[in-house]
Parts: sequence; C-alpha cells; structure tokens
Amino acid sequence: MAWWRRKKEALEPDSAKSKNSIPKGLWSKCESCGEITYTDELVANLRVCPVCQHHAPMPTAERIAATVDEGTWQELDQELRSGDPLEFHDQQPYPDRLARAMRSAGPGDAFLSGLGDVDGVPVSVGFFAFEFMGGSMGSVVGEKVTRVFERALETQRPALVLSASGGARMQEGVLSLMQMAKTSAARARLREAKLPYISVVLHPTTGGVAASFAMLGDLVLAEPKALVGFAGPRVIQQTIGQDLPKGFQRAEFLLEHGMVDRIVPRLEMKEQLGTLLRLMMGAPPRPVPPEPEPTDDGEPDGDGEPVAAPS
Amino acid sequence: MSTKVLEFERPIVELEGKIKELKHLSGGSQEMAAEIERLEQKARQLQRERFAKLSPWEQVQLAKHPDRPYTLDYLGEITTDFVELRGDRAFADDPAIVGGLCRLGERVVMVIGHQKGRNTKENLYRNFGMARPEGYRKAQRLMRLAEQFGHPVICFIDTAGAYPGIGAEERGQSEAIASSLELMSVLRVPTLSLVIGEGGSGGALAIGVTDRILMLEHAVYSVISPRGCASILWKDPEAEQAAAKQLRMTALDLKTLGICDEIIPEAVGGAHRGFTQTAAAVAETLTRHLDELFSLSVDALLAARYDKFRRIGHLERA
Repeated sequence: MAWWRRKKEALEPDSAKSKNSIPKGLWSKCESCGEITYTDELVANLRVCPVCQHHAPMPTAERIAATVDEGTWQELDQELRSGDPLEFHDQQPYPDRLARAMRSAGPGDAFLSGLGDVDGVPVSVGFFAFEFMGGSMGSVVGEKVTRVFERALETQRPALVLSASGGARMQEGVLSLMQMAKTSAARARLREAKLPYISVVLHPTTGGVAASFAMLGDLVLAEPKALVGFAGPRVIQQTIGQDLPKGFQRAEFLLEHGMVDRIVPRLEMKEQLGTLLRLMMGAPPRPVPPEPEPTDDGEPDGDGEPVAAPS
Repeated sequence: MSTKVLEFERPIVELEGKIKELKHLSGGSQEMAAEIERLEQKARQLQRERFAKLSPWEQVQLAKHPDRPYTLDYLGEITTDFVELRGDRAFADDPAIVGGLCRLGERVVMVIGHQKGRNTKENLYRNFGMARPEGYRKAQRLMRLAEQFGHPVICFIDTAGAYPGIGAEERGQSEAIASSLELMSVLRVPTLSLVIGEGGSGGALAIGVTDRILMLEHAVYSVISPRGCASILWKDPEAEQAAAKQLRMTALDLKTLGICDEIIPEAVGGAHRGFTQTAAAVAETLTRHLDELFSLSVDALLAARYDKFRRIGHLERA
C-alpha cells in the first residue's frame, strides 16, 4: 500500500510541474495539424500555421493592425454602449453578460468602426470582434455598421467590413433583428452613390449578419475554410436529420456555389483589398516601392530578369 | 374546421358546444331562447376576459394555431382578381411564398406572403411556409414588377423562419434574404407588411422592410423562435415559455418598442374564430395606410422609410 501511495504522491507534483514548465501562451499548437509553433512567430505570420496554412482565430486588435496601414487607424463611435432595452434575463441578466464580455474583450461592443488606409487606399472600415459575445449584432453593432456606410458616403470613401459573427444578438430581441434592415438600407444608399463596398467574411459568419450587409458587398471575399451561411450547421442537421456533406458552408463550398468572389489567404488580404479597391475606383496601380539605391546616371539597371510578365 | 383546441381555448369551446346542443334540443322554443342568449353572452364574456390576459407563450401558440387564417385566406376574402404569379426565373418556384397582382378595393396591388399548408400534404408542398432562396428571389421579382408599374406592395408575414437546409444554403439563403432587405429599402412604391401569424426572424423580415409594419393582435414577431432561443441561452429547449416572455415578441411589445405601427384587432377568440370580422379590419387598415402613403412624394416616402429603420435600436453612451 505504501508503495502505491508514494508513487501517487510522486506523480502528482511532477505532472503539475510539467504542465507549468512551459509558460502559458509561449507556444501554440495548430488545431488543424497539431504543429507546435512559437507564438510570437505565429502572430508575426498573422496566426496562419506555417505548416498547414490553417487560419487560426485572430484577435481584433491584430486583425486591425494587419489590415489598416500603420498610423492611419482612427477608431470612431467608441462611446457607444449596449443597454438592456428588453430587461432580458436568461440564465443570467444581459447586463452581466455584457460586463463579462467587456472584462475579457475590452470596452465597447462586438464591432469597431473608424477610418483608415488599407494598402494606401482611404476607407471607411469596420471590424467585428468575435471575442465579444460571439460578434453578435445588437443595436450598437447595427448602429456602427450603419455609420460605416454613412461615413463612407460623407467622406466619399469606399466601405470595407470584415465580418465574424454568430448573427443577431438574442438579448435585444426584435431590435437586433431590425438592425439587419437598418444596415442593409444604409448599404443601399452607398450602392446608389456608386461607392465600392467590399465585404470580407471571416470564420464564422452566420445568421443575421450573413443574411444582411455581409452578403451585400459589391465584392465578397472569404478567408480559407471560413464557415459562412444562414443557418448554423447544427440547426440544419437537426432540421433535416442527416449528416452534412464534408466542407459544407465553408469558403470553398461558397466559392463553388457562386456565393463569393474569391478566397483570399490572410497573408495576401491587405494587398488584394488595395488592388481591388483601386481597380473598382479606376485609380492608378499601387506605386512601386522605391528602388533601394537609385543609380546616379539614370540608366535603367537592365540586368534583365523580368519581375513579372507584362499583362 | 377546428382541428386543434389550445388549453386556454377549451373552456370556451366546451361552453359553445353546450350552447349548440341546447339550441338543437330547444327546437326554437321561446323560454329556452332567453337562456341560450344568456349563455352566449357568458361565453363571449369568458372569452374576452381570457384573451385579455394571454401570456406571451399563449400568444405564441395562438399565432401558430393550425386553424389560423393564412395569406391565401385573406386574399380570397379581401381582394378581387387575384392572379398568382410564380417562379424566380433562375431556379424554381417556391410554394412557401405566394404572390401576385390583385385589387384591394379600387386599387391594384402586388401581394406577397408566406403560405403555410392546412394539412400534412399541403404542408409538404408549402414546406410549412418556410421559404428557400427561390422564394425570396420570386418575392424580389414581384416587387420589381410592382415598382415598374407603380403598384404598391403588401406583404403578409407568416413563417417560422427561412428554411435551414442543404439546398437552401447551396443556393445562397443569406444572399437571398440580404438582397430582399436591400431592395425593399429603396423600392419606389408604397409598401406595407402585415404579420398575420408568426414573424420568424430573417425569413420574415425578408418581406418586411416596409413603410408601415402592421400586426394582427395575436401575431408575434421575433429574432429567433422561443425554442431556438431557449436551447442556446438556457441550454434547454423546454425553457421556451420563459424565452417567449423574455423576447418581447407580442404585437403589443412590438408596438411599445416602436417597431409595429398599428395593431389590427382580431375577432374575440382570435382570427380563426371570427375570420370575416378580422379580414374586414385588415382590409380597412391596409387601405387606410395605402391612402396615407400615396399622399407622399416618392422621395419623401423613401426618406421616411430610411428614417423609420434608421431610428430602431437602443443606444447608450459611455
């Protein structure tokens, strides 16, 4: 008996120690291929697994930094906060859920709006914060999205929205539902003004967000394997009572069915957005980055390797 | 016609049954007539009292009552010359949404509405009134047609929601709903929507972005079904009664929240127990709102519609 007890005692601290020996977050394991990457390296790679190209969820602050040119991001509408118009109480009161979300995801709500340059193009832009109550759209999110479109109109800039959302926020009931109409109406005004709107759908984008402005982009771009659809897979499975096909509602499925223009890997997103916006607006191409050492005599350094085929 | 009696309808239905029996037995005798009259009054009183204090959950049940009049019932009762128009011109016709031109009084109108089935066979055909993308695309086509000829659009909302299925997703259920919302927000003719039963989420709103939002007294309108909400937030679908209360989805709630413009009273006991009376109130209300909307210029109409939805929401500031 003593022998067993001793072994048990010896094992417990050991296993606890081995768990703690790696500081939390220093290494990240890819949830797709299991590859272990140094977290700093992964973040520098925009959280795309260097081995299997899996696009891991990206905190909104990193997303903004990866999309908007450095020093140009100007967040607006920061003062808006959700109230509790229905005095909604499920297993806990809605204000408690909001408070918890603000503690973990930061103040504000599930959407950040503002102005900034994307690859040199000034845009009116908004980002869903999925980490805030699943990116759900209540009155505040609906208002901010609407303002992205209205501000695009005021400033005569294109609009850009990057969506990741479970859909309408149930705790604001039918007020949330109506945000679908409000945002779509604002989007319509932008279309009438012939200003471009690009919608980027990220993993996951479903429900009332997918079924309103997110699918109303002049162009709709998706990240690889992003799940995008009206109904969530679980609901569909329960309704039809059969297994769903492999890859169902993923970006590749949407591309195949004609629902998105392109699947754009995260590491190419910013550049593609810039190229597409310039093309849509008929603006000149992105200025070629200056040569490192311009030669004094002005001769073209013609040692000849073509960089890209003329098209 | 009654196929199902809800719990709170039972005392009234039983009393009515007794009155009918008594009438039959009395054979038209004078002394019985007074007694029958007294009982009938009591039944009406009982019904009025009971229906004045329906719980949100009872309202939801009433809104989904299998005997409740559906879109085509109203069209048959209040319009003339209804000609159904079908198909989205791209994939199929979706019988879960019906639409067509007709006359409401003097006026030619385009009507579009969800259509549920009255029995199993019909429900399979109508997919229980749960539309697929082609349904919304047909609706869009009919709205554009109405706009082209300057006819107003009236939408009858009555759906549990847009259909969640594989084919629906393949054909872009989200895009179909989204583009309906956008189109309706800029449609250059007067538009009305009337929730006659269930206003279920995006599938309902897809034909509901209108100048006026009207609701029948016992209709409901919600972002999600109480059951869906309960299974997500309570982790228990059986908590649907609590969810129905929390979601604030009755006509009165929607009026209080500033979304519903007018509640159309139903016959005592609900539209299914006094259809002619309810339908007459519907016709009167629709006509009155169209008269008002036609007095506005198209630009004023569109500006007011934008403002109507622009204002919806509850904001606080840090």
